[in-house]
Amino acid sequence: METLEPLLRKHPFLSGLSDEEIRFLAGCAANRRFAPGELLFREGEEASAFYLLREGRVALEVNVPGSGPFQLQSCGEGEVVGWSWLFPPYRWQLDARAVGAVAALAFDGRCLREKMEQDHDLGYALAKLMLYEVYQRLLNVRLQRLDLYRSEP
Amino acid sequence: MNAVAAGPWAPTPLPIRGVTRETRDTFTFALDAPADGFRFAPGQFNMLYVFGVGEVPISVSGDPARPERLLHTVRAVGAVTRAMCALRRGKTIGVRGPFGHGWPLDEARGRDVLVVAGGLGLAPLRPAIYHLLRHRERYGRVAILYGARSPDEVLYRAELERWCARREVEARVIVDRAGPGWAGPVGVVPSLLARVEMSGGSTVAMVCGPEVMMRFTVRDLERLGVASERIFVSIERDMKCGLGLCGHCQLGPLFVCKDGPVLRYDRLAELIHLREV
Amino acid sequence: MVQIGERVVVEREHLTDLLAALRAEGHRLIGPTVRDGAIVHAEIQGVEDLPAGWASEQEAGTYRLRRRDDGALFGYAAGSQSWKQSFFAPAARLWHGRLEGGKFLVLDEDRAPPRLALVGARACDLAALAIHDRIFLGERHVDPDYAARRGGAFVVAVQCGTPGGTCFCVSMGTGPRARHGFDLALTELLEGRHRFVVEVGSEAGAALLGRVAHVPADDGDARDADAVVEAAAGRMGRALRAEGVRDVLLRNLEHPRWDEVAGRCLACANCTLVCPTCFCATVEDTTDLAGAEAERVRRWDSCFTLDHSHLHGGPVRTSIKSRYRQWLTHKLATWIDQFGMSGCVGCGRCITWCPVGIDLTEEVAAIRAGTDSKEVL
Repeated sequence: METLEPLLRKHPFLSGLSDEEIRFLAGCAANRRFAPGELLFREGEEASAFYLLREGRVALEVNVPGSGPFQLQSCGEGEVVGWSWLFPPYRWQLDARAVGAVAALAFDGRCLREKMEQDHDLGYALAKLMLYEVYQRLLNVRLQRLDLYRSEP
Repeated sequence: MNAVAAGPWAPTPLPIRGVTRETRDTFTFALDAPADGFRFAPGQFNMLYVFGVGEVPISVSGDPARPERLLHTVRAVGAVTRAMCALRRGKTIGVRGPFGHGWPLDEARGRDVLVVAGGLGLAPLRPAIYHLLRHRERYGRVAILYGARSPDEVLYRAELERWCARREVEARVIVDRAGPGWAGPVGVVPSLLARVEMSGGSTVAMVCGPEVMMRFTVRDLERLGVASERIFVSIERDMKCGLGLCGHCQLGPLFVCKDGPVLRYDRLAELIHLREV
Repeated sequence: MVQIGERVVVEREHLTDLLAALRAEGHRLIGPTVRDGAIVHAEIQGVEDLPAGWASEQEAGTYRLRRRDDGALFGYAAGSQSWKQSFFAPAARLWHGRLEGGKFLVLDEDRAPPRLALVGARACDLAALAIHDRIFLGERHVDPDYAARRGGAFVVAVQCGTPGGTCFCVSMGTGPRARHGFDLALTELLEGRHRFVVEVGSEAGAALLGRVAHVPADDGDARDADAVVEAAAGRMGRALRAEGVRDVLLRNLEHPRWDEVAGRCLACANCTLVCPTCFCATVEDTTDLAGAEAERVRRWDSCFTLDHSHLHGGPVRTSIKSRYRQWLTHKLATWIDQFGMSGCVGCGRCITWCPVGIDLTEEVAAIRAGTDSKEVL
């Protein structure tokens, strides 16, 4: 039987984990494909998955009535998308749209939360990886906000 | 000869008593109300007409306990509002209204009240704030949280400073960006929620601002345990009549002019996340 | 005098007197007449203007007149116009005003709305008028222009004997028999003598009949008249399963069919123009050159225009998909939430007059087909 372990092992986000930990997590994972323009998730819906992007790019957007979807940021191959599955009320805060065709490993959110509770060492290891991602992204968002390239002072 | 009166379509011309410049592009107009006063519920709006130019829906932003003066805060963004913002004392603005459902001030009695405003969204909430302050004993804890783009764009700044200084309400102002003269918090309004002392369970929240800001704020309110049947937002849509007759303001089954503009969030929860509805 | 609900027979040659009596009472007759290759509603002078011997052939995106082999006066199916424009005027001045020294005055409208007599309204059209009565007269704010025009109107309905290729009033429960909303209802009988079985719907109708030669309808006449309408009910060109349609549409707002129809829809707004229940409007402001006099005119509008949902610099409904979806979900679903009744009367005009032949009965069936047997999201 083909498992997802080889794909999981290859993904940069999980590169710090042991084979055993990867095997434990694989039970929560599924291979997903999205067509260009398809939404991975929509603001307001139940947040149930954590996505590791393998191929393609995902746009994180917010919809503004009267001006349409506004792209805040994009995530690409090797990156991860979706944090709202971690905390109640488990509802997506943004829209995520596949820009081209996207291949991703999707972790069932509840399954992942439960595994992290069950095995605290693994839970801590994953939490550190996630925290680092979020820390990086926060710095980047701050930089993005500075609007450094605008022409007026 | 039958004279067909215009009925609910005809504006009442009211003279401008005074114009206050709030920010670079936002003005508050004080109109002389008709003899017996202009009564309205906080959260309601009027259709304001500029002679020969057009009509726009603008929330009433004054004190409901002072019906002799009718206040509207207007930002100059389109043809009608730009023409309006050029008018001065002595000129006339046509008024039709008040229309719509206002803030749930009766329903909130006995409960903690959380007022969250962003940008121009403070204007439709100001009448509710006046009411809450005037009838303070009817409510539990009252908190007023306001976010603006920058210190220059803070609305009703002097009034806000007075509210921040009062002890019986907790008022905080936050700006997205600030220069060296600003000593207050910098960031987004939802971040103020964590610092407010509020019991989630029975709190009534009234939120007004750009739609995205309201959506993010509501998300955080829900996380703090505020029930979606006790969260109220004020929605904007294109309006041509304010009477439920022109069809423009529809949002799903709702006519924003008569079912809103203040709407209970649980009624909106599904609609507000759909695109292009 | 004849009682409400009673039926009489009026010979073809006396129909002239009926219309003349209406004109004598000061009504302007609005009825069907042939113009520019179609049967339209216009001011008519008498029976001579009616489309005698004309029928229409209608299909999706198709309308043609053809000659009948008899002289039927009402032997055609619904044309492009209903009676919407007689009461909900395409352009109506709301009020006008004058500027004097920075202050302005709202001046009284000084007009006498014409008293109309509608000749030839079908059950679907009457159902549509009842819907507009609810919207313009029966909600919180009454529209004065509509009220004034509607108040003086006399309605001569026709019990439909000639449904068209796109009709589905039976599915919507609005016809082919008209049961109320008329002063007189005519059923045209062509076998033997050309005559009309006339049902009295109001005191005004009874009074008018007093000025026209008539005899009571016997059982045979009544049977013949009923048979005409029954036959019409069996000749619908389309069908739409109305039961549960509201939920089906509102639970499938992301159904792929919306994208599919958006690929065909031109957002030309024809459907909203011909639809007898569409009521969206906009208001236009005009002034004279000096800027001293201004008026506000209400005009028909359509949710298919980009402007319709303008908010903060752009439309909320930008894509054609979202605008078609808005129109159809309003018509068949949210209208029910708003007014307690469907917005569709099954007249089929939107199907006939769509330049690309979009058929809402087909669209609804397609969305249902993917959802009937399983749980819908």
